[in-house]
Amino acid sequence: MAKKRITKATYLKWYEDMLFWRKFEDMAAALYIQQKIRGFLHLYNGQEAILAGSAYAMEEGDNMITAYRNHVQPMALGEDPRRIMAELMGKVTGTSRGKGGSMHMFSPEKGFWGGHGIVGGQIPLGAGLAFADQYLGRNNVTLTYMGDGAIRQGSWHETANLAMLWKLPVVFCVENNGYAMGTSVERTAGQTPIHKLGEGYDMPNRAVDGMDPIAVYDAVYEAAERARRGDGPTLLEIRTYRYKGHSMSDPQKYRTKEEVAEYQAKDPITLCLNKIKEKNWATEEEITSINQRVKDLVAECVKFAEESDFPDASELYQGIYAQEDYPFIKN
Amino acid sequence: MKTIQFREAVCEAMTEEMRRDENIFLMGEEVAEYNGAYKASKGMLDEFGPKRVLDTPIAELGFAGISVGAAMNGLRPIVEFMTFNFSMVAIDQIINNAAKMKQMSGGQINVPIVFRGPTASAGQLAATHSQAFESWYANCPGLKVVVPSNPYDCKGLLKSAIRDNDPVIFMESEQMYGDKGEVPEGEYLLPIGVADIKRKGTDVTIVSFGKIIKVAYEAADMLAKEGISCEIIDLRTVRPIDYDTVIESVKKTNRLVCLEEAWPLGSIATEITYKVQSEAFDYLDAPVKRITTTDTPAPYSPTLLEAFLPQVGQVIDAVKSVMYVK
Repeated sequence: MAKKRITKATYLKWYEDMLFWRKFEDMAAALYIQQKIRGFLHLYNGQEAILAGSAYAMEEGDNMITAYRNHVQPMALGEDPRRIMAELMGKVTGTSRGKGGSMHMFSPEKGFWGGHGIVGGQIPLGAGLAFADQYLGRNNVTLTYMGDGAIRQGSWHETANLAMLWKLPVVFCVENNGYAMGTSVERTAGQTPIHKLGEGYDMPNRAVDGMDPIAVYDAVYEAAERARRGDGPTLLEIRTYRYKGHSMSDPQKYRTKEEVAEYQAKDPITLCLNKIKEKNWATEEEITSINQRVKDLVAECVKFAEESDFPDASELYQGIYAQEDYPFIKN
Repeated sequence: MKTIQFREAVCEAMTEEMRRDENIFLMGEEVAEYNGAYKASKGMLDEFGPKRVLDTPIAELGFAGISVGAAMNGLRPIVEFMTFNFSMVAIDQIINNAAKMKQMSGGQINVPIVFRGPTASAGQLAATHSQAFESWYANCPGLKVVVPSNPYDCKGLLKSAIRDNDPVIFMESEQMYGDKGEVPEGEYLLPIGVADIKRKGTDVTIVSFGKIIKVAYEAADMLAKEGISCEIIDLRTVRPIDYDTVIESVKKTNRLVCLEEAWPLGSIATEITYKVQSEAFDYLDAPVKRITTTDTPAPYSPTLLEAFLPQVGQVIDAVKSVMYVK
């Protein structure tokens, strides 16, 4: 696949997308405090450049799979954000008809395969999606995301070994935001940096600046091309930072306010906007208009979700088995 | 009809289905070049090649998970565990991913996959290699669990399992692979979720499944000499369970003995007992009896293993007990 140019249009799209994801998550946090969203809620704030750069590197038919910090990924692949907000509120119009909630978003038709709640459990699934593409002769790749915590699971080792053995078309992207919940990377292993974990499998690997969508795009594009050529997987350690706690119930006592401020100074959305202004790619009016569109769309998502119905109790038995008349035990 | 071994029934089912559908593949330890640890995939590498019959490293979590991902994205994997004891290191992939994917995605994603291999004891292999996890898997919504007891049932049910669009746990036995039985020359399928009355009888219903049902046959033969007629029901599938066949039988015999090679707590036997007291209470002429393994890990020594496993004498005693005869 030819490498795409980074143009004015790219920047404007990145700015609008990233801003929307940020505002969407902020709204989700507000709705969580109002108890309209329940369960656990893990926000993507600060990590947006990873998704912007990655999505730009994806081609028709490519796949993405990640863990439970997963609200905005399907939107980047074309899912209707109103359905994501509806899922967060447990409504029947949600992407999983209200059965998945915050941690389990799915848009397989758009190439988004979840949305997984067990840390590291999605790693072999990503390799398996790639296995199917290879088996069926499709020229597609699977971007498989995990956190800096997940790569300490045994599932990483077994999957990395098999993916190299079979040269599966998969790109493993570690979103290293510095903390596995409240445990810093340095406290989880005697070995850092994380991308060196590829060495034991002879897997090409590198660190990537996760606050810069261009750096992410370049790295993911290069890895995806390697996979499409049949040369197998790559391990990217994409260094980023999450501004919010691990989940909404995290008091964040494991880090300082200064540390958070240090990263917010490198905020990808601000940097993107600065570039747009510096290059005169948009007037103040045009920027205001983008900001307004974002605000309106977030409001529309909330309106749609709030006006949607909760699933009827009869939905409980639906969509568990492909067999439509499966005889559930009803005591 | 022709007579084949149980392992040949497994092999024929997989081979016939893989000829029908190129999206089916077999993956597991020693399934290809070694022809299967128990020769259940003999000749399949030669016929289908290494793309469709894949040897794996010893990495059950990894290859089970990769197969679930492949099933999500259009393939129909058959995953062989050398024994279901080893499925414990893959159980997160089975329970959290294979079984839940359809429901968690709001019904969007099917996982048409078969996890198969031997279950329960296979001689003096001690605690880690002698476990029966049928009731564990049967406990989990999203799965189907099939446990055949002879070559005919095995072939027909395995073909159905491979064609099924839901994840199926298919449990065999090392000690059954050499068992012989008749199967039709032509193609046949057996439905998942339907029990089979292996022997008609009038006095007592014995419910069992898998390899241990042979203990019931032996007990029934001896009891027949004393004029006691046992009806033996082979559940064949333990999720879903064909309760109706069991309840109809109990309404006729008024007596029930459950025989299962598994630990007693939360067993299939316990579930059957609950359902029968709930739906046929007034038909019961005696309390239900269950024969299971002892409530201990499986031991190595032959004297201890004999005491651990259900024995013919226990079944005879249980039948006589529910009939109030000495």
